[in-house]
Amino acid sequence: MIARSRLAAAGLVLGLTLPLAAQAQVAYVSSEKDHALTVLDLKTQAVTGTIATCKRPRHLQLTPDRKQLAVACGDSREADFIDLATGRSVRRIKLGEGPEIFDISADGSTLYVSDEEESVLGIFDVASGRRKGEVKVGGEPEGVKLSLDGKTAYVTSEVANVVHAIDLASGKVVANIKVGKRPRRFALTPDGAQLWVSNELDASVTVIDTKARQAIGTIRFEVKGARASDITPVGLTMSRDGKRAFVALGRANHVAFVDVASRKVTDLVLAGKRAWGVALDKAEKTLYVANGLSDDLTIVDVPTAKALKTVKVGRVPHTVVVVE
Amino acid sequence: MRLTRHGAAAWLLLATVLAPAAQAAAFKVTLLAPAGDARLERARLERGYLGHPTGPAADALKLALTDGRLELDAAGASLALDVVEVADAAGARAAAAAAEKAGAAALVTDLPAAWTLAAADAARLPVLNVGAAADALRAADCRRLLYHLVPSERMRADALAQWLVARRWSSVLLLTGPGDADRERAATVQAALRRYGLKLAGSKPFKLSADPRERDLANPLLLTQGSYDAVWVVDTDGEFAASLPYRTALPRPVVGDGGLVALAWSPRFERFGAPQVTRRLVKAAGRPMGAHDWSAWMAGKVLVAAAAAAPKGPAAALHQALAEGEFDGSKGVKLSFRPWDGQLRQPLLLTDGQSVVGMAPGEGVLHPKNVLDTLGADAPEKLCKARS
Repeated sequence: MIARSRLAAAGLVLGLTLPLAAQAQVAYVSSEKDHALTVLDLKTQAVTGTIATCKRPRHLQLTPDRKQLAVACGDSREADFIDLATGRSVRRIKLGEGPEIFDISADGSTLYVSDEEESVLGIFDVASGRRKGEVKVGGEPEGVKLSLDGKTAYVTSEVANVVHAIDLASGKVVANIKVGKRPRRFALTPDGAQLWVSNELDASVTVIDTKARQAIGTIRFEVKGARASDITPVGLTMSRDGKRAFVALGRANHVAFVDVASRKVTDLVLAGKRAWGVALDKAEKTLYVANGLSDDLTIVDVPTAKALKTVKVGRVPHTVVVVE
Repeated sequence: MRLTRHGAAAWLLLATVLAPAAQAAAFKVTLLAPAGDARLERARLERGYLGHPTGPAADALKLALTDGRLELDAAGASLALDVVEVADAAGARAAAAAAEKAGAAALVTDLPAAWTLAAADAARLPVLNVGAAADALRAADCRRLLYHLVPSERMRADALAQWLVARRWSSVLLLTGPGDADRERAATVQAALRRYGLKLAGSKPFKLSADPRERDLANPLLLTQGSYDAVWVVDTDGEFAASLPYRTALPRPVVGDGGLVALAWSPRFERFGAPQVTRRLVKAAGRPMGAHDWSAWMAGKVLVAAAAAAPKGPAAALHQALAEGEFDGSKGVKLSFRPWDGQLRQPLLLTDGQSVVGMAPGEGVLHPKNVLDTLGADAPEKLCKARS
């Protein structure tokens, strides 16, 4: 249990959190309504505690040195940095009006965050917490992803149904790539050649050629017994070798395994209600799926494409990050 | 008739300068709104009855055009808005004809049903109705080019009936106000009760009155004697319905125009990016987005999507894009117009003003094609001859 009350003695906190750091095989799940992260032990598949964080935590990502977990909070409008060794918040920086999804530069110095209230990509200096700049984008921006060379930021606009390619040196939108309805999140192939975008209201993923900056394919999802309108893909991730993608299908309550080369769905695995956030473990044998409307996490065995277990986490789970 | 030009025209210029496409089409849209709108009198706005307008439709319509600027720019199209106030049906007819003559590609109407029809009959343009919920406009009085963003009375009644079925509150006491509209709407409610197998425990008229001789009509305690699971109040005016919950003889919920109300939108809606939409209207117009605002905003969204899909025009292509398009209204599913009556199919929110209690269609409600078509008139009924 690493949930920490302000009254807890410092020594007690330290004593409780150290074993966790030593194991370091955990998944963190943000829960929008608890202002906390749930911590799951990967070995026992049991919740071991929670970490208090900023208000309405949503997107989570490790810092490039993998020592801290960055959390974006929509209600308190800030980023929280949690030291993984101690399980404690080390600093917070203000992030504008409505921070949602972010990415961090490879050197860890700069944080790029979509601001759904102001319709901008906010650019923040991590060390000083200062706002370095912003780029105006289409309405309700969501997904943010940096190119491998760090020169381009891709941002979705849920209202304009485009992916913006932003040249970070000039701070200019250099391409608006038309995708499906209500584009949400990204995954990049390991070679950086393809950018995959989930289209929540189109039951599809659009594949973008990052060099040509245009859409080169669409993967449509079908689930037996579900209508297209109930298939609302949001979260997605890719294996390290870039051969497989995993797409959470939202209201269809399934995760799709996709063969990247053929762009064909190979498996569909039943998860909880409104499956959104997805993350793989290091061995890529287990997939963790955060279910926003059933307040739980589905643990999926990748080789057999079977759900193994469902674990109750916090209220309205959003993103899951695995640390090993 | 008063003509006001708005800032929309200013960024129309900007958009044309930035537009990459060679032949940018500049579409013109005219909003017809009632002059001296009685719905927007200060005292009514202050009472804030659920489902009643909270401000002019122009605010939310303009917001949608601003929201869509980037999409329009990228497509090389633009939309300019004129707002024209009309005093009666004749005024609506004249304004619609004038707009068509001036080259408008579409009309948006926030008018009573009869005025809406007058406007629709005066111009061969798509007319987007954001103000009139009357079922007749989707049935006997439908028109080929008339589209409805505002949910029909029947859709709202179906939404509540589905909720009552799900709760197993199957016996309903119906209280109906004194107006003609109340009587019509009560008939719609009774039809919904029959459709969903709910039982009518009783049906009584009510009247706002302090006259002791009329106490049977005016006193909630006397009106709500008997045995029932829920009280359904039909009150177009709103005052009686707003004060009915907690004043019933039995501890039973009130639904209809007070208590739990089925609406196109609620500022308390939390899902599908709804708070962002609501807050944008707060920023632009100083009030949160209500149900009436959403319909007006949705008209703008539909026009933006159609203009972006047919950026080079002509008007017929815009109309086709509108009729066949699928639109995002921040309600979690794609919305589109029913070809059989021009109604925008959409989920409805069930709210008591404090929270969004549920959504309709509810879980477990089935339909052979599109579950949204369980709300309102369905294709096989063939109620609209003009479109068949």
